[in-house]
Amino acid sequence: MELPVLIAKGLIILVIFGITLLIATYSTYAERKVAAFLQDRIGPNRAGPWGLLQPIADAGKMFFKEDFIPSQASKWLFILGPCLAMLTALMSSAVIPFGDSIRFSWDNVNYNVNLQPIEINIGVLYIFGVVSLGVYGIMVGGWASNNKFSLLGAIRAASQNISYEIALGLSLIAILMMTGSLSLRAIIDEQASFFEWNIFTQPLGFVIFLTCAFAECNRTPFDLPECETELVGGYHTEYSSMKLGFYLFAEYINMFVSSAFISALYFGGFHYPFMDLVNGSLENSLGAVAGHNVATAIGFAVFFAKILFFIFFFMWVRWTLPRFRYDQLMNLGWKTFIPLSILNVVVTGAGLLYDFKYSTWLIATVMIVLAVMSMARAPKRQVVPQ
Amino acid sequence: MQLTNRSKQVSNKEMTLAEKMYLPAVISGLAITIRHFFRKKPTIQYPEVKKYLGPVYRGHHVLKRDEQGRERCTACGLCAVACPAEAISMVAAERQKGEEHLYREEKYAAVYEVNMVRCIFCGLCEEACPKQAVYLRHDRMVPVFQERDEFVYGKDKLVEKMDDRYIRPANSEVKATPTEPSLTRAAT
Ligand code: SF4
Ligand code: SF4
Repeated sequence: MELPVLIAKGLIILVIFGITLLIATYSTYAERKVAAFLQDRIGPNRAGPWGLLQPIADAGKMFFKEDFIPSQASKWLFILGPCLAMLTALMSSAVIPFGDSIRFSWDNVNYNVNLQPIEINIGVLYIFGVVSLGVYGIMVGGWASNNKFSLLGAIRAASQNISYEIALGLSLIAILMMTGSLSLRAIIDEQASFFEWNIFTQPLGFVIFLTCAFAECNRTPFDLPECETELVGGYHTEYSSMKLGFYLFAEYINMFVSSAFISALYFGGFHYPFMDLVNGSLENSLGAVAGHNVATAIGFAVFFAKILFFIFFFMWVRWTLPRFRYDQLMNLGWKTFIPLSILNVVVTGAGLLYDFKYSTWLIATVMIVLAVMSMARAPKRQVVPQ
Repeated sequence: MQLTNRSKQVSNKEMTLAEKMYLPAVISGLAITIRHFFRKKPTIQYPEVKKYLGPVYRGHHVLKRDEQGRERCTACGLCAVACPAEAISMVAAERQKGEEHLYREEKYAAVYEVNMVRCIFCGLCEEACPKQAVYLRHDRMVPVFQERDEFVYGKDKLVEKMDDRYIRPANSEVKATPTEPSLTRAAT
């Protein structure tokens, strides 16, 4: 790599890393605000204007709490747990293409650098690999605590993550089949025109993917690794101070990455409707290079708007739905999502064979019709007067 | 035994396919919560904004003076006896010559203290007082205190100022503590 490209890459990595951390930090604030608003409360509003300094106050509190390690715990693993969780969470954001590319010239040479920290053509595989390592953070933490309840929480996390990863992967395969590439950039570029966004071509896959992403992030309604009533807390029962902070923070980074992933895979990433027109007019009025850069910036902003929406969606769901029971969770994963995602793959494949992109609408339509029929046939539930 | 008429018969019926698919229910749930998101919040920002809590609210203690500015309390100690939290303590003293304009009776409370940490604002002191000397203001809350030496309220904080006299509103619907007519109407 030449020097200017290297510098540009370094800057891009720094900026994206910073934005990731910033968004993750402020998600903790946003979570409290959203929760409050959904429950007709106001939420944090004391630290700074509208409580905007709340994350800093929270961090300060985390730092000054007693850093406690149980005497019977295996010390190094106990410390390693939160680090692993944080590390894997941060690593997974490395391959997401956050925007098109920046153009600039240096010594009369023109460069074109993609807005993506690491460009590898197996981005999807990489993310899967790293995300599936994420469960080690929880496992190690729960195991090292030397506490039966923590261990149970960790085991629940492991079995949940593994079972949902299968459905997650299978629902993604349909997209990979349509794109024919494992590169996230290729997948995004495939969705250049609005009606080819994968949300339209893969409605069923989207629902499965979204649900599994929730389960992967251990967010409600799938936050089984923690449960006050059954597990006296969960895998992090023994954790305090910043080590607990790392676990919680990793969850928010995971949420950010999942949101980025969802918007990249199903909502066209940095594409938006009428993008060609906007880009064309920008390049006409500002010149090819500047116009392209401005267009890239707009795409970047659009992508982050999508990400923020999905982060909001994660919170919205969290404060709406109750937690699943563990056997229901397993049933849903193994008996519903895995068969459905296999069906999705088969139908998509059949569609591809006959060159028809919207084939999975077939399943969706059949399911809707069946549901409506069953509703019509079902006897009205009666309230028996007493 | 039926306690309310809102009870619903529990049904163990098989769910229909639409119900089993969860999604419609999930979406309607999401719709409900998002409506709350945009709703006006009923929160009152307490220390900054205070709400009028009605004429029966029991707040800040006040030791009344009479029309001529004499303290009504005669240090009989009935309020202290009535107080379930043992929050009131006092030291009685005898009125000297020339102090008739300060105290109404021959005996008065030289020290009168209410421990606001112990007080449960039950209002029994107000009921017990034969002289209509102690009241719990309906219109003023005890301010928040942060220091430990702030919570014992002495006469400096309790005895009312003549330019800031406490008046219990004469609301016909609210039966305030039976008091002297002058007090309920307008203790001028
Ligand atoms: S209000 Fe009740 S608790 Fe408080 S001083 Fe009076 S009698 Fe005691
Ligand atoms: S306030 Fe009333 S009850 Fe208490 S000592 Fe004075 S006169 Fe007696």
